[in-house]
Amino acid sequence: MDIQVDSNNRGGKGKMNGASQLSHAFIVFISAIFTQNILLSYFLGLCPFIGVSREVKTSFGLGMAVIFVMTSTCLLNWLAYQYVIEPLGLHFFRFILFIIIIAAFVQFVEMVIERYSPSLYQRLGVFLPLITVNCAILGASLFMVIREYSFIVTFGYGLGSGIGWFLAIIAMAGIRQRLANDRIPKGLQGPGITLIIAGLMALAFIGFTGVLSGN
Amino acid sequence: MILTIFTAVIVVSLIGASLAGVLVISEHYLNDYGRCRITINDERELDVEGGEDLLSLLTAEKIFIPSACGGRSTCGLCKLKVLEGAGLLLPTEEPFLDKTERNSNVRLACQVKVRSDLKIEIPKELFAIREYTCKCTEITDLTYDIKLFRFELIEPKTMDYIPGQYVQLQAPAYKKSSEEVYRAYSIASDPAEKNLIDLIIRLVPGGICTTYCFEYLKVGDEVKMNGPYGQFRLTETDAPIVFIAGGSGMAPIKCILHQMKNTENKRNATYFFGANQPRDLFLLDLMEQFEKQLPDFHFIPSLSEPGDNSKLEYEKGFVTDAVRRRLKNARECEAYLCGSPGMIEAVIKVLLELGMSEEKTFYDKFE
Repeated sequence: MDIQVDSNNRGGKGKMNGASQLSHAFIVFISAIFTQNILLSYFLGLCPFIGVSREVKTSFGLGMAVIFVMTSTCLLNWLAYQYVIEPLGLHFFRFILFIIIIAAFVQFVEMVIERYSPSLYQRLGVFLPLITVNCAILGASLFMVIREYSFIVTFGYGLGSGIGWFLAIIAMAGIRQRLANDRIPKGLQGPGITLIIAGLMALAFIGFTGVLSGN
Repeated sequence: MILTIFTAVIVVSLIGASLAGVLVISEHYLNDYGRCRITINDERELDVEGGEDLLSLLTAEKIFIPSACGGRSTCGLCKLKVLEGAGLLLPTEEPFLDKTERNSNVRLACQVKVRSDLKIEIPKELFAIREYTCKCTEITDLTYDIKLFRFELIEPKTMDYIPGQYVQLQAPAYKKSSEEVYRAYSIASDPAEKNLIDLIIRLVPGGICTTYCFEYLKVGDEVKMNGPYGQFRLTETDAPIVFIAGGSGMAPIKCILHQMKNTENKRNATYFFGANQPRDLFLLDLMEQFEKQLPDFHFIPSLSEPGDNSKLEYEKGFVTDAVRRRLKNARECEAYLCGSPGMIEAVIKVLLELGMSEEKTFYDKFE
């Protein structure tokens, strides 16, 4: 679970050649899904994870939305970082700028979903705008900055993190749907048992550590 | 240092502003559902711009659906049937709709977004609600704090209402109130005169609308009102009637009595009018006239503070005491009450004690 900062990889300046960039991106992609799963290894984005994971259908819709938002905002934020923050030296403003971009983008996604799939819009309900404050989204952008990924690698990282989050929530929804008819002690019903399951899933994913580290 | 902060603020503001601009533009294109046709009760068609909720669109077309919360889905009053084009039931609507309503396509108008053509059904009474411009043609003092206001309808020229219904009178912004307010008053006029609306209004100390009516409204002034609203009305049965109302609560009763005379209604009716002192009694001549014109109508005022020189024929005490003394056949009667919630509750208690069944009590509780 360690954050690897590779100072040799000045990704933003694109010093590596195309092929190794691509392979780096691929490694980062795979590790973001399994070994460094942003939800199960870094515990980011737990709120909708616990709130929406009751049904596989809704979780599927939310997961897809998160993949889309995470990939796109990582890329947009990378552009903002390269062409606005870096040149002007406004590193301290990156949090605010990233959040503004994420918020605007989620608003846009909301409008598109409402227009083209009102049923999904209604099923997601309040959790769609809540993607804005999903710390996994901001977290992915910030990790991208810290690890100084290049554009292609950012794409792989954003996509991978999104898919990792998606897998985690689908798995959780599947488990919870199975558990729906089981007798769970009253105190543990709902968030209680969900967190326990999340912990067990995280434990399982620890098994992947050391297989690949995406730096 | 300062320059950095300055640049940072400008840059972030610019980016924020341009993102906001992008959002506004995309909303314009994404929320563009084009013109939609709303068919009401299979008879009326509206051509509106889609993208808004049904309640706002209907109100903009001057079809007034009742709503107390202004579209926040907390009052549940804006129910109507959407037969086609509604979309899925929203979680915000679920608490207000029971199983039968859901099966018959009842929805909350403030939550249904108009994206395509709709077919809806509105209860005929709601359909009849309009906004009226009228002119005040007469102001008559009835007591020291109650006046009768006569309004002549200008546009539309007539109002179709059921005796017992009320209108919402609009008091415009004036010295004592910075914005316009609406207050409900029962229609007191003779239904045969479709272009006149009489309202009996009691001055409420500090009241926005009543102060406007008593101190600012002059004969010849134009006012707005919308309606008719309300479920308070006479049943179609033959059961004997007990009216109980005091003060300005007489308004709907007066209207019903006019209608009874117009339709030659032969039902036995007794009107218990509760008041404090002799100076609170009014329209006694009119009530005497009704006693002559209607075959079986009796007007029984009751004074709680009769003083020394009140006529002996008036009942003494609260209206509840008078009812207890004089009402003999409560079991068969229907009761129509209009007054303050406190008075209505007290009276209903007495009526139930006397044997009246609760489903035969009807009331208008907004005084």
